[in-house]
Amino acid sequence: MSVGKERSADFVVNAAGRRVPVVVNGRSAVPFAGVGASIPHGPKHGPPIRSTADYPADGDKRSPNLREALERCGLRDGMTISTHHHLRNGDQVAVAALEAAAELGVKDLMWLPSASFPCHEPVVDLMRSGVVHHIEGSMNGPLGAYCSRGHMRGLGVLRSHGGRWQAIQDGEVHIDIAVIAAPTADAFGNADGSHGPSACGSLGFALADSIYADHVIVVTDHLVPFPCIPWQIQGNNVDFVVEVDSIGDPKKIVSGTTVVTKSPDRLLIAEYVARFVRDAGIMKDGFSFQAGAGGIALAFVGYIRQMMIDAGVKARFVRGGSSSYLVDLLNEGLTDYILDGQTFDLAGVRSIGEDPRHVATSPFTSYNYHGKGNFASMVDAVVLGATEVDVGFNANVVTHSDGMLLHGIGGWQNCLFAGCTILALPSFRDRIPVIVDEVTTLTGPGELVDVIVTERGIAVNPGRADLLAALEGSDLPIRPIEEIKAEVERLVGGPPAKPALGDEPVAVIQWVDGTVLDTVWRVPEATDSA
Amino acid sequence: MSAAGRGEAGRAGDDVRSDLHVAVELTASGGLEIELISRVASLYGDSIRETVRSTLSGMGVRHARVQVDDKGAVPFVIAARVEAAALRAGAPPGGDGRPESTVPARTHSALDRLRRSRLYLPGDQPKLQLNAGLHRPDGVILDLEDSVHSDHKDAARLMVRNALRCVDFGGAERMVRINPLPLGLEDLDAIVPERPDMVLLPKTESADQVAAVDARIREVLGVASDAESPIWIMPILETALGIERALEVAASSPSVAALTIGLEDYTADLGVAKTVEGAESAYARGRLVNAATAAGVQAIDSVFGDVGDEEGLRAWAGRSRALGFEGMGCVHPRQIQPIHEAFAPTTGEIEKALRIVAAFEEAEAKGLGVVSLGTRMVDPPVVLRAQRLVDVARRAGLLEEAES
Repeated sequence: MSVGKERSADFVVNAAGRRVPVVVNGRSAVPFAGVGASIPHGPKHGPPIRSTADYPADGDKRSPNLREALERCGLRDGMTISTHHHLRNGDQVAVAALEAAAELGVKDLMWLPSASFPCHEPVVDLMRSGVVHHIEGSMNGPLGAYCSRGHMRGLGVLRSHGGRWQAIQDGEVHIDIAVIAAPTADAFGNADGSHGPSACGSLGFALADSIYADHVIVVTDHLVPFPCIPWQIQGNNVDFVVEVDSIGDPKKIVSGTTVVTKSPDRLLIAEYVARFVRDAGIMKDGFSFQAGAGGIALAFVGYIRQMMIDAGVKARFVRGGSSSYLVDLLNEGLTDYILDGQTFDLAGVRSIGEDPRHVATSPFTSYNYHGKGNFASMVDAVVLGATEVDVGFNANVVTHSDGMLLHGIGGWQNCLFAGCTILALPSFRDRIPVIVDEVTTLTGPGELVDVIVTERGIAVNPGRADLLAALEGSDLPIRPIEEIKAEVERLVGGPPAKPALGDEPVAVIQWVDGTVLDTVWRVPEATDSA
Repeated sequence: MSAAGRGEAGRAGDDVRSDLHVAVELTASGGLEIELISRVASLYGDSIRETVRSTLSGMGVRHARVQVDDKGAVPFVIAARVEAAALRAGAPPGGDGRPESTVPARTHSALDRLRRSRLYLPGDQPKLQLNAGLHRPDGVILDLEDSVHSDHKDAARLMVRNALRCVDFGGAERMVRINPLPLGLEDLDAIVPERPDMVLLPKTESADQVAAVDARIREVLGVASDAESPIWIMPILETALGIERALEVAASSPSVAALTIGLEDYTADLGVAKTVEGAESAYARGRLVNAATAAGVQAIDSVFGDVGDEEGLRAWAGRSRALGFEGMGCVHPRQIQPIHEAFAPTTGEIEKALRIVAAFEEAEAKGLGVVSLGTRMVDPPVVLRAQRLVDVARRAGLLEEAES
């Protein structure tokens, strides 16, 4: 394998001061020009027009197995296969689809997952054997290591959930075949995630794939007679339906229960976040917030819930990923709606399946930047994590401080547009400070990050004088970010050394508008952290 | 644990965080050879090697093979583990392996400061110590006794000493629970130079034990025997005999600032079960409060062990305050806030006390011998209690709120 050869490219320095390639996987790439600065042109991508004449009139699109379905979709070398990640670490469909492609003898596929998980480790072997050329999507664990070490042939392209919709819609990536795992489906291809033995809640991440792909295969382990009600995926977009014994391991798809963190430091951070939202005047009747399923975010929901009860305040909507904590708010009348992007536990799945006030959203409604607005900027406060932030409030969510790919972007970048963006972070992990001089990989520009909450204090972006004014008189520990940084460095023995990274790009970070925000560089084996 | 010339210290394993395992083999020549495995090697590898080198050279060790398996430990933890391993390997004691102190200058705690909560921190578990002060307990207790296995007393002593030098516990009073005597005297040799605010002496049963601790503290500090010791002592009474001698112990030295009780050991000594209601220790706790008050020191309650039962904790702490205790121990940071709330005077109490104090001051100003509130006469002890309550409320930061 000629590692590196096909990625040799010219670089430019973008508006964020980052060196980025001008060609990514053979496509010319636009460097980040600033928030809101890059204007899109032209029509959206359109899939080929089809005729009902070519599909069975009785609506039965079943195909006996994935291999045959892929073959009938015309799978050949170099094509792009997409999958979604609503089955999370329990997913068995993505690997099955790529392995079926391997059996057909095709090579050099691009895999476009909406996110990858440890269960997708077999794709490493499929890359080694040449079946998969490269991945455009989140990479962590063994996949992240394979890419970070420079073994992947193409460049990894990391996009936000909204950015993935944008890229597909704009035709920046072309999906030849979308393989959509569906917890319930009918033979026509109508599909939904809220019911069935492998229920996962929403199927929103597969929606763009179903609309824009040339071919769509629905794979289900719970085939119901037409019609599948409700349907989030419309059968009119679907070519084939494949029935399998199991699409995934239910225990790994959703957790039985989500448990709040027991770490006293993380609980303290969560409490500070909730008090911040209250004291800054954000928590008022009709407000909205988004918090994910991380330990701190869940604990935050617990604290804000109590504060809402004490103050007699009700939210108009909250945004998931949903869990029992958000469902409790809905059931207690503390919010009118849950607008849910993905569902993390059984309580969430049950609620989205039964309660009309718990609504499945998609990256189109919530996050897509190339649309006529989206929900993310209408949310009053969002609580997010990060691996690093710098003194300019720039944040990194994809790489570890040693440069290794660690996380996908998820909806993180899209959420930065909320009224108040709060990063809730421990001030150091193991020994590694979270506040640094300059982030290893820029994932979110500092102008969009309003507040950083750590267990050592809360730093407010100096650009948000309104927040600082609103907090006048609050007894929260509001501190300059530099002061918190210095305190942590005293404890951990100084700032970390700069890791020696290679000068070879292994992946790029795309901004929500498809421009290239930063480059992820190869991590030499020598700096392996054992 | 240690063959001749080789010693190990610390923790290894996948679930270890903020700690490390060190093996030191003393050699005759060849300088310091350091083999390092660390999850933070690319970021702090040089720093870790430097900490190993400076610790060993401070101890006078010039030749050794050192294996470090690090899980993101901060420098003072690395230094403590290296020193423990080197001493176990047979390095001569008497050297100085202490890391440079990084805690800001601080003033010594007052005899009668607020001691509503004291957070127990196992002495040999640095991860729990790093952020302890952020939870704002009135005190932290670095524990060398029950939370430390008998095989690790030496290592824990070094860890606690280094923590006192390097961890900023914020406004918390810095306490160390030493081992029962005579082992506790060796603990004092290690920790007293770092000026903890207070030493807790477990299993106290006599004035002599307090005197021995007092003497050792003065000896280590080099303070004259008639000078007041700046390190307070809190004897822990946890046997039937100790309880019976509560007054003797409380009055044994001007260094005694508080008495506390250890209920696990006490109920074991009695051979009865420890209950949530605590009827079996009612006598002991009453006796302790009475003796402490008689000697003019604080009475501090034991701990409430069930971290998940916040309601039970609040109920216990409420009863504890009603009995006359001024605070209790915490086994988890989440217990601090409920305890502070339970030991805080209520708004009603504060308002009433403020009225009484105001009436007293008015009577004083007018030169009246009798204090009266409305049509009722207020007795001197009621005034005294009101003054104390106002004082506690002010120090707990509750006064402005009540006045406005």
